[in-house]
Amino acid sequence: MFRIILARLVSTVIVVFGVASLVFLLIHFVPGDPVDMMLGENAQMADREALRESLGLNRPVGIQLLHYFSNLLQGDLGTSLHSREPVVQMLAERLPATAELAMASLLISCLIAFPLGIIAALNKGKTWDKTAMGVSLLGVSIPNFLLGPVLILIFSIYLGWLPVSGREGLDSMVLPAITLGTALAAVLSRMIRSTLLEVLQEDFIRTARAKGDSHYQVVIRHALPNAMLPIITLLGLQLGVLLGGAVITETVFSWPGIGKLTIDSIMKRDYPVVQGCVLLISLTYVIVNMLTDLLYAWIDPRIRLGQ
Amino acid sequence: MMGQLHVSSAIIIIWVMGSFLAQWLPLDINHIQLEAILKPPTLDNWFGYDDLGRPVFDRLLSGSYTSCVVALTVILMSACIGTIIGTLSAYLGGMFDQVITRVIDIFLAFPGILLAIALAGIMGPGIDNVVIALSIVGWVGFARLARAQTLSVKHREHVVAAEVMGTGRAKIIFRHLIPLISTPLLVEATFGIASVVIAEAGLSFLGLGVQAPDASWGSMIRDGTRYMLVAPHLVLIPGMALMMVVLAVNLAGDRLRDRLDVKTQINENGV
Repeated sequence: MFRIILARLVSTVIVVFGVASLVFLLIHFVPGDPVDMMLGENAQMADREALRESLGLNRPVGIQLLHYFSNLLQGDLGTSLHSREPVVQMLAERLPATAELAMASLLISCLIAFPLGIIAALNKGKTWDKTAMGVSLLGVSIPNFLLGPVLILIFSIYLGWLPVSGREGLDSMVLPAITLGTALAAVLSRMIRSTLLEVLQEDFIRTARAKGDSHYQVVIRHALPNAMLPIITLLGLQLGVLLGGAVITETVFSWPGIGKLTIDSIMKRDYPVVQGCVLLISLTYVIVNMLTDLLYAWIDPRIRLGQ
Repeated sequence: MMGQLHVSSAIIIIWVMGSFLAQWLPLDINHIQLEAILKPPTLDNWFGYDDLGRPVFDRLLSGSYTSCVVALTVILMSACIGTIIGTLSAYLGGMFDQVITRVIDIFLAFPGILLAIALAGIMGPGIDNVVIALSIVGWVGFARLARAQTLSVKHREHVVAAEVMGTGRAKIIFRHLIPLISTPLLVEATFGIASVVIAEAGLSFLGLGVQAPDASWGSMIRDGTRYMLVAPHLVLIPGMALMMVVLAVNLAGDRLRDRLDVKTQINENGV
């Protein structure tokens, strides 16, 4: 177990290092001179030099990278070009909103996906299965920037039940969470179905049936717990879809989270903030994946007891 | 299931043909008719007019061209680059393989289309940058799949025989390895088209894709959301078109996978 944790930690550190370097290099993708792009053609020479100095762009790339990492280790992501606030502080202000939304979406997608996947697996090939998988395919194919406006149209404008946008109270979270959760629910229900179908073919299921367990007992007590392992890993991987989708969903609903901050800063050409947002979202994803891997290793006795 | 195949193939054919016809038809995508502003669909004009009085049908076809060209270019570029890198990495092995594996891990650590959004945003808006950004993100999936597939076939007899006969590495890769692993890659490419169509529309929705007055389904949806109360057709028409194409491509991918019986861990979500 200790060796597994160590190996996983080492590979995570390498990936984190690579992700941070790539985010640092992002600013070098700006066509031409980034300073020109930020200030426009008519900027004063002194302003340009001041900005170049504050971004550290006047130094060699190697030194910039070194400086970037030493700041990063001290939790310094630079300051916003626009509001002059420290980027870390801006991220900290927005983080709760995104975390809240992600949790709610995860909950909603599990509530949709588990019944759908289980029903489909238990009725393989029948109408129920086809309906459930049809719904799931629909969910994969409807992009969140379409689902969001359609939900607003129905529930906020025609029915007037829920607010159009913003983050005030629990009811403002319902539509964004459904929008964000749908795609995940669709993917998840397909995975639950296929994992469950695989498990249902195992010998221990036949044994359980032979000793007289009811159909319900077989599924709940024997099939589901064994299907959970791969599902947990897949859930961790799919969190990426959720975090990526949050950028668009937050924009649709003006939800004041990290995703909205990313798009707003792209529009304002506030590169340090863009870098900070991308770094925070990706690192969250990397760390969650590492934790799911470790969780998997801990839950599975074959790995935990060191085989 | 046959019926499904026919419907989805028909939608894909209409999409591709419509896209290329859009280049030949005399479309008035920028023809502003003030008396027709926000006019809903009628029997004379099934698709209505947008907030500037431009015909939605013409803009829909033009947007179809945008999505089709972006999808095909991005998939072609990422499939070629990804396959070559992945195959090479698995075939050569050693340090090169280790470095490539790490690079793939790092790219996969960026969730969803976040990296594409950041790249497109930083390179500046425009459809060329969207293609570049999506290709930079898209090659990784192909590389990972090609690498895994190559690892499983590189010790087959015909490859060993070719090596013994002194065949060059390039020839082994292109003649003996890539044809053998092309089936799962083809399935991956089909699902990839669906996700690139969504990604292009998403970037255009965010204002990072095509710029006014050009049309894209994503930018049509974005412009339409402002008039949702008075003219919901501005969101619903491009939205339905987008959904139907994505659904059709996904269904085609499912069918293709079942028919070719690809037993690999293909990401159900595409890229």
